[in-house]
Amino acid sequence: MQPIIETKQLTHIYSAGTPFQHTALDSVDFCAYPGEYLGIIGHTGSGKSTLIQHLNALLKPTSGQVLFQDMDIWSDPKLTRKTRFQVGLVFQYPEYQLFEETVYKDISFGPKNMGLDEKEIDRRVRAAAYFVGLRDDHLEKSPFELSGGQKRRVAIAGVIAMEPKVLILDEPTAGLDPEGVESILGNIREYHQAHNATIILVSHSMEEVARSVDRLVAVNDGVIPFQGPPCEVFQYGDALEKMGLGVPQLTRVFHRLKAMGVDIDPSVYTLDQAKAIILRALNRSPRLDGLCGERTKESPECSSPPAEQGTERAASAEKEAD
Amino acid sequence: MALKDITLGQYFPGNSVVHRLDPRTKLICVVLYIVALFLASWFITYAVMFGVLAGAIALSKVPPKSILRGLKPILFIVVFTALLNIFYTPGTTVLAQVWIFTVTLEGLWRAFFMVIRIMMLISGTFLLTYTTSPILLTDGLESLLGPLKKVRVPVHELAMMMSIALRFIPTLIEETDKIMSAQRARGADFESGNLIQRAKALLPLLVPLFISAFRRADELATAMECRCYHGGEGRTRLRQLKYQARDYMTLFLFLATTIGVGVLGHFGL
Repeated sequence: MQPIIETKQLTHIYSAGTPFQHTALDSVDFCAYPGEYLGIIGHTGSGKSTLIQHLNALLKPTSGQVLFQDMDIWSDPKLTRKTRFQVGLVFQYPEYQLFEETVYKDISFGPKNMGLDEKEIDRRVRAAAYFVGLRDDHLEKSPFELSGGQKRRVAIAGVIAMEPKVLILDEPTAGLDPEGVESILGNIREYHQAHNATIILVSHSMEEVARSVDRLVAVNDGVIPFQGPPCEVFQYGDALEKMGLGVPQLTRVFHRLKAMGVDIDPSVYTLDQAKAIILRALNRSPRLDGLCGERTKESPECSSPPAEQGTERAASAEKEAD
Repeated sequence: MALKDITLGQYFPGNSVVHRLDPRTKLICVVLYIVALFLASWFITYAVMFGVLAGAIALSKVPPKSILRGLKPILFIVVFTALLNIFYTPGTTVLAQVWIFTVTLEGLWRAFFMVIRIMMLISGTFLLTYTTSPILLTDGLESLLGPLKKVRVPVHELAMMMSIALRFIPTLIEETDKIMSAQRARGADFESGNLIQRAKALLPLLVPLFISAFRRADELATAMECRCYHGGEGRTRLRQLKYQARDYMTLFLFLATTIGVGVLGHFGL
């Protein structure tokens, strides 16, 4: 498949030629495919923010290219501007960028800059507000009257209203309560499905990324050491941990089980997978069967127990494996 | 645009003798230096002052290039002053006369020394900010202005405001950078259009910036109150300013130079 956006040998050096010179990205080849849900992980200062700011032409590469639909986005100023609308970028803590008198006006800022007509703007604003779960009576309020979570929704709607083909979100759930996290991730998934858009989710929370994405890209020290489906990337558990990233708690338990000699595939990261694998492992080993057969039968219908329970169960399996 | 590249306070971290001097010593010395500059009148006194400046720069290990770079913004003032002095100094030795402008020998000399004086004045004060961190500078100012508390000048509060302002400049620059990027991602255009369009385009930047500045101020006030801040009364410091032997030496040298230059200048040297 042809990538919708890709970087070729992308290098970015901050403050080049001064004592503060710093190479944030070093010959990075990155790509995202149409309709893909991609996760970027990396700790603070790894270069992930620099990378995503190149994708929508906010930063100019020191060397290398950024291609959007096979066109170099810096080849023509018109194309550069167009790319900013086609590749929507939601910054970290986007609620601090709100400025208009009403929520409606703020969401329409992007579409207005695109030069759309009134009717189209209205349609897009309402559609975007609907996506992020804002009610109609919110639209006429001042954004500063809203709660923190609602402000964040308004800010995300402001980018979604441009109906970008690629939507990049930098830590969209930072500082939200668990309920807020769930609902924002749900909104993003809905947008992904409704528009068949490419989503790039930047995060340092492995749990969050692992649940949603098709493919993971790890960024560390300005290079991409690993990329691939989550299960593949999580096989490098040790290396990830050395980068200060670590794997989801669930995966870590399975890595430990494997290290302790249990014949088990350690690259799990969702509860459903974990359940299936534990059950399979139990069936294979009659020595364990007697001990935990009952326990697993207790709640077979429990479709999505909270993560802690899952780890607990796995941990008890770990204990009983001895 | 790279807002991050702006350095304010322009402090050059270092560990030279000049860096280690007490900030109060440096403040007093700069004042003495400025006074001496205005007392200087002819080659000998200016040469002495130049020696003092060059010596201080050499000791501070600040690259002379960066001091010269600091002189660039005042180039216009220098040229303007020079021209005024050339054309408006009355004198006896007329060199040239065009329309209402008269150029005299006295005028030329005066313009020459004025340019040197301004450049040395700016270089000297730059050396102070290059070698003293903003926090130390405000501490020094507060301590020097301390006696004014007796006549109800809120010295501590002023110094506190100054250090807070200095502390938040980099934060606000970073914030501006971030908001600009965010609005640009939504198609805002800060670089083109006429003056009115540009001013309008700043609105999406200024509103969030002000709001965040107010929010920060509010949070800081709460945090300070939580730690029982109640003004300067009875407050002690983590780092006490203390004069060392080198401070007394420097003060003595500067005072002697100023008096010497004053005397020599009086005789027109």
